Amino acid sequence: MNVSSEPEGLVNRQKYFGWVGRLSAAQRGVLIAMLIFAAMFFVYGWKQAAGLTPNMLNTAANKGALLALVAMAQTLPVITRGLDLSVGATFVLSNCLASTIVVGGPMATTFGIFGVLLLGLACGAVNGVIIVYGRLQPLIATLATSAVYFGIALAVRPQPGGEVNFELADFMTRSTFAVPHTVLLLLAVVLFIWIPYRRSVLGRAAFAIGSSEQAAYMSGIPINRAKMLAYTLSGLLASIGGILLTALTYSGAAKMSIANEYTLNSIGAVVIGGTSLFGGVGSAVGSIFGAFVMRTVGDLLIVFDINPVLQPLFVGVVLLVAVSLGSLRILRIKNRLDIYR
Amino acid sequence: MSVSGVIARQFDRATLIAFGCVIVLLLIGAMVEPAFLSPKYLIQQLHTASFLGVVASGVMLVILLGHIDLSIPWTIGVGGMMATGATGFLGPELGITLAVPFGVLCGALIGTVNGLGVAYLRAPAMIFTLGMNAVAQGLMVYHTGGFAPQDRATEFMRELAVGHLIPGVPNPLLLWIILGAAIVFVLNRTVLGRRIYAVGNQERSVFLSGVDTRKVILICFIFSGACAALTGVLLAGWANRSYQAMGDPYLLPTIAAIILGGTNVLGGRGKYVGTIAGVILITILQSMLSVVQPQRYFAQLGVDIPADTFRQVVFGAVIIGMLLIYGRQQLVR
Repeated sequence: MNVSSEPEGLVNRQKYFGWVGRLSAAQRGVLIAMLIFAAMFFVYGWKQAAGLTPNMLNTAANKGALLALVAMAQTLPVITRGLDLSVGATFVLSNCLASTIVVGGPMATTFGIFGVLLLGLACGAVNGVIIVYGRLQPLIATLATSAVYFGIALAVRPQPGGEVNFELADFMTRSTFAVPHTVLLLLAVVLFIWIPYRRSVLGRAAFAIGSSEQAAYMSGIPINRAKMLAYTLSGLLASIGGILLTALTYSGAAKMSIANEYTLNSIGAVVIGGTSLFGGVGSAVGSIFGAFVMRTVGDLLIVFDINPVLQPLFVGVVLLVAVSLGSLRILRIKNRLDIYR
Repeated sequence: MSVSGVIARQFDRATLIAFGCVIVLLLIGAMVEPAFLSPKYLIQQLHTASFLGVVASGVMLVILLGHIDLSIPWTIGVGGMMATGATGFLGPELGITLAVPFGVLCGALIGTVNGLGVAYLRAPAMIFTLGMNAVAQGLMVYHTGGFAPQDRATEFMRELAVGHLIPGVPNPLLLWIILGAAIVFVLNRTVLGRRIYAVGNQERSVFLSGVDTRKVILICFIFSGACAALTGVLLAGWANRSYQAMGDPYLLPTIAAIILGGTNVLGGRGKYVGTIAGVILITILQSMLSVVQPQRYFAQLGVDIPADTFRQVVFGAVIIGMLLIYGRQQLVR
C-alpha cells in the first residue's frame, strides 16, 4: 500500500527516530514486544514480595517456553498469509506420544525423541499437502486436521498419565547460572531452525508469498515448496513444544481444552510479536516475546490478586486490543478506497 | 423467472453431491441397522440437525461476506447460560418470561462487538472472533465462578426444544424451517441479500456504488451471534440445563456443514439449500458413527481405542476428503 510515498516516509522516519526508524517492520515488532515484556516482567518482579528468585525465573521461563514454541510454529504459516489452527492439536498429540515412547535408556529416549519429531513433521507435512496440493483454505484444512490429530492423540493416550525419561525431565526443568534450560532450548531453536530458515531461499520465498502471492508467482518463486516447508516446520516446532510439555509435566494428556488454549494463545503471541496477520512481515523471535507477554498477563493477574478464572477473559481482551491496534493504519490511509479489499 | 427456475437455481453441484452423500449414508446405515430408514429415526435426525442448522444459518451469512465467525462455541454457551440465568439479572418473574429473548440478545451483543471490530476497525475476522470467543468464555467462567447461577431451563425453553407445536414436527425443526425460509427470502429477494453476495465478491466495488458495506457486515455478525445464542437456548432446553462447554463440539461441524454445502470460504457464492444439505449430512454422519460403533470391531481385535477417536478422525478426514472433491480453490496464475 502507498508504495510511491515509501522512500519519503523512510527518510522522515530516519530523521525523527534515528536508528529505530531504520528498522524493518518486523524488527520494530520484536522491539515493541520486548519492551512490553520487559515492562510487564518488571512490574511482576516488583510486586512480588520475595523479589525475583532464580526459582521463580525458572518457572516463568518454563511456562513461557512452551507457548513460545507453539507460537513460533504458528508464525511460519502466518508469514505466508496462512494460519494453522492445528498447532495446539499437534502439540497435544506430540505430548501424548512422547509420554509413551520417550522412556527407557539414553538410546531408547533418543529414538523416542526422533520419533516424536518425525510425527510433528508428518502432521505439518499433511497440513502442507492438503493446503498446497489440495488447494484448500488453511483455516478449514487445519481445523479439520486438528480434529484428526486430536482423535489420534486420544487413541495414543485414552487416560492421562504415562512417563518420560527422568534425566531429560530433570535437565529441562533445571537452570545453569540462573539461565533456565528451556531458554537455552529456545535459543537453540532460533539459532538452528529459525535463522537458517529465514535466510534460506524457501524462507525468503515465504515472505514474498505473504506479501503478494501473485507477484511471487510471476517472479518464479517456488510457491508450493515454500508453503510446504512452512507448514512442515510448523509441525516440527509444535512437536518440540509437545516434548517439552512432557518433560515439564512428566505425563501426557489428550485434552481438547489444552489444544484450544495453546492455539488461541499462539495467535495472540504472534500478533503481539509484530507478525502481520496479512502475511509478509514477521519474526519467530517476536513470537517468543509475544508468548512471554501472554504468559506474564496470567502471572500479573495472580500478583494483583485478580481472580485467576478471569484469565481467558484477559487473554481475549489482549488479543482483541492487539488486533485492533493494527487498525490504526486506517487513520494513515489517505485514499478511503484502500480500506476496502 | 418461473418458480421452477428459481428452485432449480438453488441446487448447484455441491448441494447435489451433499444430498447424494446423505442418501448413500442412509443406505449404508440401513444395511447395518434396518431401523435407519424409519420415519421416527429420520425425524429424530432432523430434530438433532435443527440445532446445527440454526447456528449454521447465521455463520453462513458471515461466510458469504468472506469473513468467518470463530466465536460460535462460546456464543452458544452464552445463549444457553444467559437464558437459564436470566432470573439472576431480570428478577424472578421477568427472568422467566424473557429468558429466551435475553439469551438471544446477549448473543447478538457478542455479534455486535464482532461486527464492529471486523467492519469498522477492519480487524481480521478470524482473529477478532477467536479473541471474542475467549472473552465470552472468560465472562461465562466468571459468571459461574462468582456465584451459583440458575442453570435450569425454564418450562418454555424445554417446550421450545422438545415439544411439538405441529404434531410430528419437533419445535426446533419448525424454528429452523421458518428461519431458513426467511434467509432464503432475504438472500434472493431483498436488497440486503444482494449486498451480502456483492460484498463477498468485491467489497470495494460495492463501496463505490454507494453502499455502506460496514453496515452490511455488522448486520450479518449480529445475526450470526443471535443465531448461535438461539442454538444455545435450544440446547439448554434440550438438556434441561446449561453448562459451560456446551458449544465446544459445534465449531467444526458448523463450518464444515456450510463449506460442504458449497458455500465458498472466500465469500460471494453459496446457496442456503446447500447449507441445509451440509447440516443434514454432518448430522447423519455423526449419528452413523455412534450407531455403527467401529471401536467394537477394534476391541474384538484386541485394540482398545476410545469411541471419540473415531468420531474425530473420521469426521476430520471426511471433511477434508469431500472438500478435496469439490471445495478446491483456483490456482494462482
